[in-house]
Amino acid sequence: MNLKQLADYPGYGSELILHEEVGEERAAREDLLEKMLLRLQEMRSSIARGLSSDEPSRTGMVGWNAKTLWGADDKLRAPLMKRVQAYAMAVNEENARMGRIVAAPTAGSAGTVPGALIGVGDHLELTDEALVMPLVLAAGIGQVISQRMFIAGSSGGCQAEIGSSAAMAAAAVCELLGGEAKAAVEAATLALMNTIGLVCDPVGGYVEVPCVSRNAFFAVHAVSAAQLALAGLESVIPPDEVVSATASIGRLLPPELRETGEGGIAATPTGRRIALKMAK
Amino acid sequence: MIGPIMIGPSSSHTAGACRLALLARHTLQRPAERAKLTLHGSFAKTAKGHGTELALTAGILGYYPHDPRIPQALSIAKKQQLDIVFDAADLGDVHPNTVCIELENRTEKSHLTGSSLGGGSIQVFEIDAFEVRFSGRYHTLLLRHVDQTGVIAHVAQVIADNEGNIATLYSARQKKGGEAMMSIEIDKRLSQYVLDYLTHLPYIRWLRILPEVISGEGHLSGTGDVA
Repeated sequence: MNLKQLADYPGYGSELILHEEVGEERAAREDLLEKMLLRLQEMRSSIARGLSSDEPSRTGMVGWNAKTLWGADDKLRAPLMKRVQAYAMAVNEENARMGRIVAAPTAGSAGTVPGALIGVGDHLELTDEALVMPLVLAAGIGQVISQRMFIAGSSGGCQAEIGSSAAMAAAAVCELLGGEAKAAVEAATLALMNTIGLVCDPVGGYVEVPCVSRNAFFAVHAVSAAQLALAGLESVIPPDEVVSATASIGRLLPPELRETGEGGIAATPTGRRIALKMAK
Repeated sequence: MIGPIMIGPSSSHTAGACRLALLARHTLQRPAERAKLTLHGSFAKTAKGHGTELALTAGILGYYPHDPRIPQALSIAKKQQLDIVFDAADLGDVHPNTVCIELENRTEKSHLTGSSLGGGSIQVFEIDAFEVRFSGRYHTLLLRHVDQTGVIAHVAQVIADNEGNIATLYSARQKKGGEAMMSIEIDKRLSQYVLDYLTHLPYIRWLRILPEVISGEGHLSGTGDVA
């Protein structure tokens, strides 16, 4: 399946994904939905641990961001944004502490989908059950994208990881708010297109800086994409062409910008100093 | 692409690494006492930052990627007197996240090379200098055998007779008439009876059954093709 075929489906995109994955047999469908609910609950427990912990990561670079933001004044009076950002960072700080998380699609980008989907769900006071089918769609979008491009930062740069997670999250939020397959695929496409070119340059090679804050930014990015698509806005470049463009940029990136910790902000004087200190 | 449920911080450098080592662990019949791990590319460059050494050690200890003991794997290994050495080398034109795992105990030795492709997906492409291809998504039957006519057909027939459905099969030999290895991914585990039967065939030198290390929950749970 490609993204165009998914977009052409008349109805919710998650229905087509579920059909492709397990067919129409009831027991198999229920089994898969139960597994998705379990993953959702795992995501929720990573969020809960992350929001309440300020234990530093192994390097000491992160560990308190989610809790600090969660407890801070909401000066913008934008509770949805604050929630989405805090949830996303909570997951990635758990990840940086070697806590338990759900990869979505990777561990470094694991905060984006729960940040956006559970963040919006909680903001609107929806039940976890309402989030399950959107999560199925997120998984399906990730699967379709991964057939056409690398999703590892070491292969395609950060655009491959956070771009995929933002696309998955955008589609999920779009469906959660009533968007059918066409709108959800547009949301995913807008999210991916606006992530193109992002490099993977983690300081010292640790999945901490910029990874933790990046998940906060791209969880909000995903919600933005869903908002545009729900209003009927569309990408001029078709979805599958955007995926191909992302893949081709990934191939053009030099190794320094693909998760080696040798380029970008990792190669700044401070980045190098931190790396040296950690190597000792 | 939602999943695996795992200990952080990296699906490729932690979960994938753990799975590769877990497969390596099962190429021996008894636990390893010594291990040498040679890391290539991004694995070599960022191993410390991603907990790759902990994850590889955890895999050799038999832990799965969601095991909360992973952060303590190195100290547990020390307690169990498992001697582990890490090294870095250029393994050639392979995926950036590639590792070569050499294990040893008093009676056995094994050599495995594989790559972590992202999202926790893996591929093993070398065992004991034989070319293989498998993903850890299914039970994998490894057969080292004499290269002669009809071996593949016979093994496939035995598997079929026992209602095993082959997902993938890869076979390569070192030289004509020499030794060869087959890696066969099968939907469900073969019974001990069938394994014993295969083991005693005259042309079979060695047989191993490696477990499914990627929880069999279909493509949506982080087991898709990401290469």
